[in-house]
Amino acid sequence: MFARTAWLIFRKDLTVEVRSRETIATTLFFAVSAVLVFAFALVKEGRVVADAAAGILWIAIAFSGTLALGRTFERERYTDTLRALMLAPSDRPAIYAGKLAAVLAMILAAEVVLVPLVAFLFDAAFLKRPAMLAGLLVLGTLGFASVGTLFAAMLVRARSRDMLLPVLLYPIVVPVIIAGVQGTAALLQPAFDPAVVRFWLLLLVTFDVVFVVLALWTFEAVMSD
Amino acid sequence: MPKWFSPTAILCGLMFVVSPVLIARSPDESAMGMVYKIYYYHMPSAWMFLLAPLVCGVSSALFLARGRAEDDRRAWAAAELTVLFGALTLITGPLWARRAWGTWWVWDARLTSSLVGWMIGWAYLILRRYGGPGSDKLAAGVALFGAVNVPFIFISVNYWRTIHPPTTVVPKLPVSMGVPLWFCVTAFLLLFILLMTMRLRLEVARTRLDALYVALDE
Repeated sequence: MFARTAWLIFRKDLTVEVRSRETIATTLFFAVSAVLVFAFALVKEGRVVADAAAGILWIAIAFSGTLALGRTFERERYTDTLRALMLAPSDRPAIYAGKLAAVLAMILAAEVVLVPLVAFLFDAAFLKRPAMLAGLLVLGTLGFASVGTLFAAMLVRARSRDMLLPVLLYPIVVPVIIAGVQGTAALLQPAFDPAVVRFWLLLLVTFDVVFVVLALWTFEAVMSD
Repeated sequence: MPKWFSPTAILCGLMFVVSPVLIARSPDESAMGMVYKIYYYHMPSAWMFLLAPLVCGVSSALFLARGRAEDDRRAWAAAELTVLFGALTLITGPLWARRAWGTWWVWDARLTSSLVGWMIGWAYLILRRYGGPGSDKLAAGVALFGAVNVPFIFISVNYWRTIHPPTTVVPKLPVSMGVPLWFCVTAFLLLFILLMTMRLRLEVARTRLDALYVALDE
């Protein structure tokens, strides 16, 4: 029942997205714009500041991810379907899981374009170790999206939600972003040490477990009224 | 105010008056000399800065589970204390670091996670102030994540390479340094309890006033 509800919500969100392409288009465009701003800020005399690529990639993910998060629930609010979702005779955590999966899919889709772009513009050898990079991206994005989905859902009914989402989200997900940046930067070192990357991967797994468990419990309690 | 409040407030005030004398009399540290003495205020405020988000998180969890207004009020008061003691910690720390390490700030795990914890406290208060109706439950959600950060701040010095002293320093202190330290910890704990009590009372009075306004309108 849990898996089925989550799957149906995931599929619904993806169907809406595939038909409108609204979130992915705006998210991706914003991410690319952010990368361009960094290109002007962090390139000096044609050379990139060392290790900048990892930071640029993760900041672009965090900024554009916030846009995607706001959008998924704004859509539900606009069509007044969030109430219908909440009234549905299903587990609240399953609704959260479905929403999280959809947000995760959208941000990961944007990353598929973003990673080669940053690698190309900032001369970073991201793709030399694709498995580890994929691990860092998926785990980091999951940590970011798990907290983000919860807060975006909670803020749907709040005043000034657009302003509050980044205010609440960034302090909490900063550890995830740090682990992502450090892990990705470790991938790019000339003297590559897999143990360092594994350490950051392990830390990301820890954050993900804590955040997802806490979010599942909080979602149930916060969304019930 | 409860009966114990005034005597406790006087005791706490006296302890803060006496504490500089005790600190001045404690021996200088072998490597840092006199500079380390800011520690007697830095560490107690840092402990209160760890205690406050825990109180806030536990109260918020209770509020989400039981829905009682008193839990919510306690969480709110604790969030304000998080910001207050966090500010004290983050001011005294760099003052010490400037002389001991030669820099105001390093981006190690302890300092970064403390800053993050302080910012989560601010995020909680911003949400309470500008979130509008329903922000009490939302803020409770934020508080849970703030509480999760606390163990991370605490253990961070023992797992990451850093110049910040580890947690094992405290039990190994000689008596001449331990006495003023625990004296200051007690003073800060009393201050914490007093501020919390005052803040809760204020909030209860405000709730009562709101109820009276509503009653008057009807």
